Amino acid sequence: MSHRDLTILVIDENAIRASIIEEGLREAGHGNVTVIHEVHGVARIIETLQPDVIVIDIENPNRDMMEHLFQLTRTVGRPIAMFVDRSDTASIEAAVEAGVSAYVIDGLRKERVKPILDMAVSRFNAFSRLQRELADAKSALEERKLVERAKGILMKMRGLSEEEAFTLLRQTAMNEKKKISEIAQSVVTAAGLLIR
Amino acid sequence: MNALTNIDESKASKLAAGEALPAPSIVGAEGSRTVRAGFLPLVDAAVLIAAAEFGFAQKQGITLDLVKDVSWANVRDRLAFRQFDVAHMLSPMPVAAMLGLGSNPSPTITPFSLGRGGNAITLSTRLYAEMQREGELDASDNALANAQALAAVIRRDRAVSRPPLTLGVTYPFSSHNYEFRYWLAAGGIDPDRDVKLVVVPPPMTSDALAAGAIDGFCVGAPWNMVASERGVGRIVATKQDIWPSAPEKVIGMRPDWADANPETVSRLLVALDGAARWCDAAENRAALAEVLSEQRYVAAPVDILRRVLAGQFTIDPEGNQRVVDDYFVFHAGSANFPRPSQALWIYSQMVRWGQTPMCAEGLEASVSAYRPDLYRRALGQAAPPAEADLVLEGAMPGDGFMDGHVFDPKRIGEYISAFPVKAAGLPRASLDDI
Repeated sequence: MSHRDLTILVIDENAIRASIIEEGLREAGHGNVTVIHEVHGVARIIETLQPDVIVIDIENPNRDMMEHLFQLTRTVGRPIAMFVDRSDTASIEAAVEAGVSAYVIDGLRKERVKPILDMAVSRFNAFSRLQRELADAKSALEERKLVERAKGILMKMRGLSEEEAFTLLRQTAMNEKKKISEIAQSVVTAAGLLIR
Repeated sequence: MNALTNIDESKASKLAAGEALPAPSIVGAEGSRTVRAGFLPLVDAAVLIAAAEFGFAQKQGITLDLVKDVSWANVRDRLAFRQFDVAHMLSPMPVAAMLGLGSNPSPTITPFSLGRGGNAITLSTRLYAEMQREGELDASDNALANAQALAAVIRRDRAVSRPPLTLGVTYPFSSHNYEFRYWLAAGGIDPDRDVKLVVVPPPMTSDALAAGAIDGFCVGAPWNMVASERGVGRIVATKQDIWPSAPEKVIGMRPDWADANPETVSRLLVALDGAARWCDAAENRAALAEVLSEQRYVAAPVDILRRVLAGQFTIDPEGNQRVVDDYFVFHAGSANFPRPSQALWIYSQMVRWGQTPMCAEGLEASVSAYRPDLYRRALGQAAPPAEADLVLEGAMPGDGFMDGHVFDPKRIGEYISAFPVKAAGLPRASLDDI
């Protein structure tokens, strides 16, 4: 059996992240990938699809529903167990930390599942990094705006040039061991209090 | 049961430590004393939250780092994979873990119960109206009469081929699952044949009830009161009605972590004991409700939390009140003592409903999940004597089961056989359940 035969179900409420995972799976040669964004009705989907691997984000409170389903199916002889290989706790810890969990059909060889979980982990991490970078970029922009406003206030109140105003802000930040945006914030706040 | 006569503390600890995972890498050597604790936003996490918020942990030199989570499966996995040192857990979770049940069983023990109470069963107002018509209910709010009235509605529904009712619990190995089943069965309803049990995350229960996705549920506070305040549900039984002493939430931990950090465990238990006493005092309940209502904890309206803590129930949309004494007990009556006979009662219910077979190994595994030895080591004088580890459950006045049965931990087989309603072999699986 080549790994192309694996049927994979991805459950993620975050549609963007789910599509990133799906793309990764397809790139790795998995053609049988189904993505759903909500758990409602998942029992029927699992029955129809008979997935070998289920990837689910752990922020989803409906994971407890899945546990219930697996508890039921276990008893009718179609075991699904979480991917747990006690000899490889590092990769499981990485998965939990990344916020992804996987269920596999009991008995599936771990060499076949590990690349899928590793891929999901790296894509989950890449997604978080992307979001973090976006947030950082946004706050960098905010900080720049703040410094511009503080410069304007100093130029007006102290009759400084733009360059002198910036040097003053930077020097103060260095002296007080603070970020320049924090000094700029103080200037803007103070000006708001002093100038009517 | 022969297997039980030999169970003592040393055996319990040996069993628990037997399958330990490698030493934790995150917390490191004992002495850091920062304890990472996972919890779900429920009122019964109060003792843990109070220990962190009102200085009890600090007094013991412990920094409690509380992490809110969204599902019991996550709590279980994050404890297993060392993201948490300890966790707020359902009392059957350590038992299930030691029995190897569930999709990721990893050795888990509990040295401390977080108290009793908090659960209730709520049915939709529509269903309750049918029960009133069918079962001639008076206003006495007798839990058994309510269950029998529901049984009458179910019999009538079946006669006209109506689809079975759908009822929600929180997790396959939960006090809610076993309590709901206990109540249904006491009324003559087979929970695996006559109704459909599904899992609904607690914060979604009242929405699911309002939308008609479920006809009733059993969850912890404050969700029953939330549903009745919204006018969508009628509370038909509380935990006190089913069995007042039923164990609810516990503090779970990995046995290897407990072994590697004995001093931290003891200090944590002393802190939790102090917090539990504080939570029990009526004069502190207002401050407790205030903190619990915060976004980072339970995130529910403070007035509802205050009434939940006082057991003042608005049981129906008409505003009828019922006061349940001791709806929450955080400390009194050895509420924090992890009594092994409670672990065995949980095991008896797992066997009753076909989740696990009855065997000597199962008895030993179940009993090893509860660790009175760790409780005694930390809280010596306050702990009940060793002969209180295995007692008749439900035999004390005012602490009976709703159907009058008494649980003898040395006669579990007979206890289970005596129930007229129980799983006949393996439970029926239905894929429509989710």
